[in-house]
Amino acid sequence: MSIERHEIEKLATLSRIAINENTITEVSQRLGSVLELVDQLQAVDTSGVAAMPHPLQATQRLREDEVTEINQREAFQAIAPDTEDGLFLVPKVIE
Amino acid sequence: MHNLTIAQLAKGLQSKDFSSVELTQHFLARIAELNPAYNAVITVTAEQALKAAAAADKRLAAGNAPALCGIPILHKDIFCTNGVRTSCGSKMLDNFIPPYSATVVENFEQAGAVVLGKTNMDEFAMGSSNETSFYGPVKNPWATDCVPGGSSGGSAAAVAARLAPGATATDTGGSIRQPAALCGITGLKPTYGRVSRWGMIAFASSLDQGGPMARTAEDCALLLNCMASYDDKDSTCIDRDVPDYSADLNNSIKGLKIGVPKEYFSDGLHAGTEDAVRSALAELEAQGAELVEISLPNSALSVPAYYVIAPAEASANLSRFDGVKYGYRCEDPKDLNDLYTRTRAEGFGEEVQRRILIGTYCLSAGYYDAYYGKAQQVRRLIQQDFEKAFAQVDVIMGPTCPSPAFKFGSKGDDPVAMYLEDIYTIATNLAGLPGMSVPCGMVESKPVGLQIIGNYFDEARMLNVAHQYQQATDWHDQMPASIQQGAES
Repeated sequence: MSIERHEIEKLATLSRIAINENTITEVSQRLGSVLELVDQLQAVDTSGVAAMPHPLQATQRLREDEVTEINQREAFQAIAPDTEDGLFLVPKVIE
Repeated sequence: MHNLTIAQLAKGLQSKDFSSVELTQHFLARIAELNPAYNAVITVTAEQALKAAAAADKRLAAGNAPALCGIPILHKDIFCTNGVRTSCGSKMLDNFIPPYSATVVENFEQAGAVVLGKTNMDEFAMGSSNETSFYGPVKNPWATDCVPGGSSGGSAAAVAARLAPGATATDTGGSIRQPAALCGITGLKPTYGRVSRWGMIAFASSLDQGGPMARTAEDCALLLNCMASYDDKDSTCIDRDVPDYSADLNNSIKGLKIGVPKEYFSDGLHAGTEDAVRSALAELEAQGAELVEISLPNSALSVPAYYVIAPAEASANLSRFDGVKYGYRCEDPKDLNDLYTRTRAEGFGEEVQRRILIGTYCLSAGYYDAYYGKAQQVRRLIQQDFEKAFAQVDVIMGPTCPSPAFKFGSKGDDPVAMYLEDIYTIATNLAGLPGMSVPCGMVESKPVGLQIIGNYFDEARMLNVAHQYQQATDWHDQMPASIQQGAES
């Protein structure tokens, strides 16, 4: 099974990963090999089988809407690539 | 000292045969001397370790110290450690110093354990050979031209080489059990939800589970006693009392029913591995256990189902690494999209990128039902196989992996060849069941692992069986030849 070039390009866009032009063929082949493996699932009859999102049927817990965390802005900004006046900086988005 | 188990070291500390500072200095010296040959430890926290050891000695002197007080351990570099780099084996987090610690790390801190450093691992825990680490592969102490397994290869190799008596690890598809098997140590993946995932960097959230690695089942019980806890901060953690995992170790296994799945002894299994596993089963039978042939008919579907579910969850989890708030950022981004796409292309290695792309494919419009939905249904079928089996038997046993440690680079360019390494371990993650690996023989001078799968929350029974097996055998006491030279205890 192989994946078309335009599909790889779409996946790269969705994943926000820049793919080098000269590795596309290789990436496509290796993804194809994995998809061939997972396509074995298509032959299985799963009619009437409920999907299993959690092994123990646990559901998300709810809690009181109370503040439980302390403000650690400085600690979190200290490890950021670029900050200014308490904000995280990225390249200019709007001209 | 490094040949003593955690249980023996704890006794030595309590009876003042040696101090935690002496013990810590001993292991730090071993890491300095031997680690360059294995690359198992990627961060050494000597100063903090010695400080923690001195504090532990005070607690020990005061009496009533917890069992692990003063015991040196290593953490897999997937667990966040406040103030100490946590890289997850990736260039993306090479500069990441977390401002908080994982719950597991806090548990060990409260128990007075001494953290020597952080262990190497496959990048974001994606791999079965440690070859995907940004810091270079870990070498197997039994054969340094062979892989230690993965993703917890650093923790496994460190314990095998006696760089620490125990270590933390995580298992999403076999990442505790397979390296434990390949390095000849004991490792346990608990029931999903038993150990908090808070502060443990996420790979596939519905499968990831932390667990202990040590040389013996008795030591794994001591470590699990500390690791397992209910944690409000992990919404998938199960609120259930943590038993004393050491309490049942000495129970007799007479009458224990061991299920032996025929699918785990199929064509791909190395003959020497099969012989070792069959001998282990015979030993347990001699101790009074009963072997029952069972079938897990959907076993073959576990690898394909896993390679939909795990990459799908990974693609979502790893979207947080965008070069904005922490971690790697590319040089001179020309706009926001360039910042995202180049940061991720440069920060993630090849295997991680591949899994993100696969996950994105499986979750993308028009494919979701055919892939993710289908895989979640197959997951149910796999769980039902186990449910039927556990109606008949107490534990299930077979090989941990198809063959002993393989040479670096030997799985070639096809990712699927590597994925099949986890063929016997993945099903338990999909079902959320606990599993462990125990050394049970040697093939070509390399260790073989016996896998023990238990029912939900049945870790104490698995540890009991493993301990009884280790009372009668000495595979877990074997020492790699490469560490014997100059090894003074």
